[in-house]
Amino acid sequence: MNLTYTPEQRAFRAEVRAWMEANVPPAPLPSFDLTSEGFEAHRDWERRLNDGRWGMVTWPEELGGRGLDYIRWLIFEEEYYRAGAPTRVNQNGIFLLGPTMMEYGTPEQKARFLPRMAAGDDIWAQAWSEPGAGSDLAGVRATCTRDGDHYMLNGQKIWSSRATFADWAFGLFREPGSERHKGMSLVLFPLDASGVTRRPIQRMDGKLVFAEIFLDNVRVPAADRLGEEGQGWAVCMATAGFERGLLLRSPARYQVGVSRLIALYQVHKHRLPASMGERVAQCWMDAEAYALAIYAMVSKLDRGGKIGPESSTTKIFWSELDIAITSAAMDILGQDAELTGEENDWLDDYVFALAGPIYAGSNEIQRNIIAERMLGLPKA
Amino acid sequence: MQFAFTEDQLAINLAAREMLVETCTPASLRLMLKDGRAIDEARWRTICEMGLLGMLVPEAAGGMGLGLTDFIGIAEAAGYVGLPEPLVELAGVTIPLLARLKDNRGLLESALGGNRVALGHPANRFVANADSATALLLGDGEDIHLVERVDATLERQESFDPFRRLFTVQWAPSPATLVAKSWGDSAERGALLAAAQMIGLAQRCIDISVAYAKDRTQFGKPIGSYQAVKHLLANAQVKVEFARPVVHAAAAELPLGTLAARARIAHAKIAAGAAAELAARTAVQVHGAMGMTWEVDVHFFLKRALALGSSWGTAGLHLDTIFERIGTVPTGPDATFASELG
Ligand SMILES: Cc1cc2nc3c(=O)[nH]c(=O)nc-3n(C[C@H](O)[C@H](O)[C@H](O)COP(=O)(O)OP(=O)(O)OC[C@H]3O[C@@H](n4cnc5c(N)ncnc54)[C@H](O)[C@@H]3O)c2cc1C
Repeated sequence: MNLTYTPEQRAFRAEVRAWMEANVPPAPLPSFDLTSEGFEAHRDWERRLNDGRWGMVTWPEELGGRGLDYIRWLIFEEEYYRAGAPTRVNQNGIFLLGPTMMEYGTPEQKARFLPRMAAGDDIWAQAWSEPGAGSDLAGVRATCTRDGDHYMLNGQKIWSSRATFADWAFGLFREPGSERHKGMSLVLFPLDASGVTRRPIQRMDGKLVFAEIFLDNVRVPAADRLGEEGQGWAVCMATAGFERGLLLRSPARYQVGVSRLIALYQVHKHRLPASMGERVAQCWMDAEAYALAIYAMVSKLDRGGKIGPESSTTKIFWSELDIAITSAAMDILGQDAELTGEENDWLDDYVFALAGPIYAGSNEIQRNIIAERMLGLPKA
Repeated sequence: MQFAFTEDQLAINLAAREMLVETCTPASLRLMLKDGRAIDEARWRTICEMGLLGMLVPEAAGGMGLGLTDFIGIAEAAGYVGLPEPLVELAGVTIPLLARLKDNRGLLESALGGNRVALGHPANRFVANADSATALLLGDGEDIHLVERVDATLERQESFDPFRRLFTVQWAPSPATLVAKSWGDSAERGALLAAAQMIGLAQRCIDISVAYAKDRTQFGKPIGSYQAVKHLLANAQVKVEFARPVVHAAAAELPLGTLAARARIAHAKIAAGAAAELAARTAVQVHGAMGMTWEVDVHFFLKRALALGSSWGTAGLHLDTIFERIGTVPTGPDATFASELG
């Protein structure tokens, strides 16, 4: 055990820091959930990142990455958040589909999709949930009907983040007549394909954070299936592991949030009860605990280990931490918390945090997984 | 940067853990209580022969010359089994302190040979196991005195934890008994190792509850199949998962001695204490009325968790260190590790 960075790791941090300082836009970009201009501004940022070869540093060089280990990925993320760089509009591509494609993709798929993903040329949406299949994802009804070397996709997807403006989606479909975990396939489809209709869904604050996707005889090549036919469930579970366990929410995000919270607390301290200080301190501790747990997980991964069901503990912890941080900020703001003006940048974070315990597998489902797969308790 | 135990560390931990789990069963604890013993001399000899007492002592002084990251897993295991013998305090705090004294008056060798030295650190009100010690290291402010057992008057203080034999000690400090003017990092070591034991205790509370929840049926099904019960246990496990890495990091960072390192230890103590408290309460709840009884083993671990929670500084006291840390040392994603903060 050694909790000091090597000179090479320090030099890497300095390199990322210098690049971020020179490149991160000084003012925040317009939201990618409101207009296509905002979305495209974020795409431009992805391109700029990629020009600096920072698109996805853990990927092999030939696929647009730098072939770095996960410790360096964490350092990259730390500097990324420290610099206040824009939220990754392609997060469901680079953090979810990307690693899954590394594991299950054919060499052709990797070469075709990953460099464009790293470059922001294709922004990806995840199309798994359906009106009747949320927590119970095996209840998916949308179908992929084999037609020679093509599939015909039919059905309805919902809650697909950023699908309003995205280019491609990775969807979960089943062979007609199959049931539950059998007969599923993960199929990639362009969101502008003929037969695809997108309907944005407004979040409670009016932002178009997600969309419904209607598929009506959408014809896609069978070669755009990821993993074996009928093995879609296993492929999805691999993705879900990345989503919950490691990549989706890097600790740096919360450490920056807590530093902002501490600064906010310092400003208002004179009129706050002592108990507020304890909440702030608890948030700081939890953000540190999350960072340490991820460093431990990454040290394991870099030595060839795998992430198991403990990724469910991670998902519960970061989502609850996000709520703790943002709700503490709202309480410090007092009556200003409900104001929607530009100067209240905590409100958006708070609303976003409320969804944390729902997406990526609700926290109730994560608790079931911990109980059954980590602790070995019997199924209901 | 490598936040994982080495193969050697895992091997030492495993050997010690296996010995403790095999010998220190709840049945054996009950037997000890029946006989009125707080120390199992056979196990103490094994502990001694395995060299565990000297793990943190330099090789030149007769020890193994290892560090806290080598020992932290053993402290966890001692908590896991509810070990009655003072292995953790001796090997982790008292013996390293003896090794640092200019003149330990032969007690280091004696302690490495298995003679117990009791510790009266100013962070704690009571001295544990003073009655079976050959000598006592006692605090008079920051001064440390080495007092022979016969020169101290002991008054037993009954603990809720039957294996904690606590005493208040009366003695007269004199220039002859003075052996050092500073406790060094003893308080930090004490807090860290209490935290490690609480991680073990928390995990044990969860494990015995899981076993019970698989076994006990109500409404025709094991109670562990009910979601409400599952979620209680899952919540306790989450607390453990995010306290353990803090404890391990604290073990690695303690030697730095900086405010950032001390805050990590404070955090470890707070987080492990909260995990042990939640897990112990959860264990009672999952066992139903049985959880309240003497007959079921939960109380061994609940009592130890309660005792350790307030030993070596309460959560409130440690929170002050956290406030000092976040008020004066940088926070943020590049300020995670104490080694980066000077
Ligand atoms: C902001 C946001 C972004 C999202 N982005 C995407 C996306 O990009 N792509 C995508 O495919 N999906 C996305 N989702 C959908 C998300 O995956 C689902 O919302 C989630 O799986 C829960 O499904 P549901 O909403 O249908 O809730 P339900 O499954 O109906 O659950 C409702 C409540 O019941 C509880 N519940 C359900 N089943 C159980 C059970 N067995 N035991 C205990 N409690 C249970 C849940 O925990 C929850 O509290 C997103 C959701 C949100 C909020």
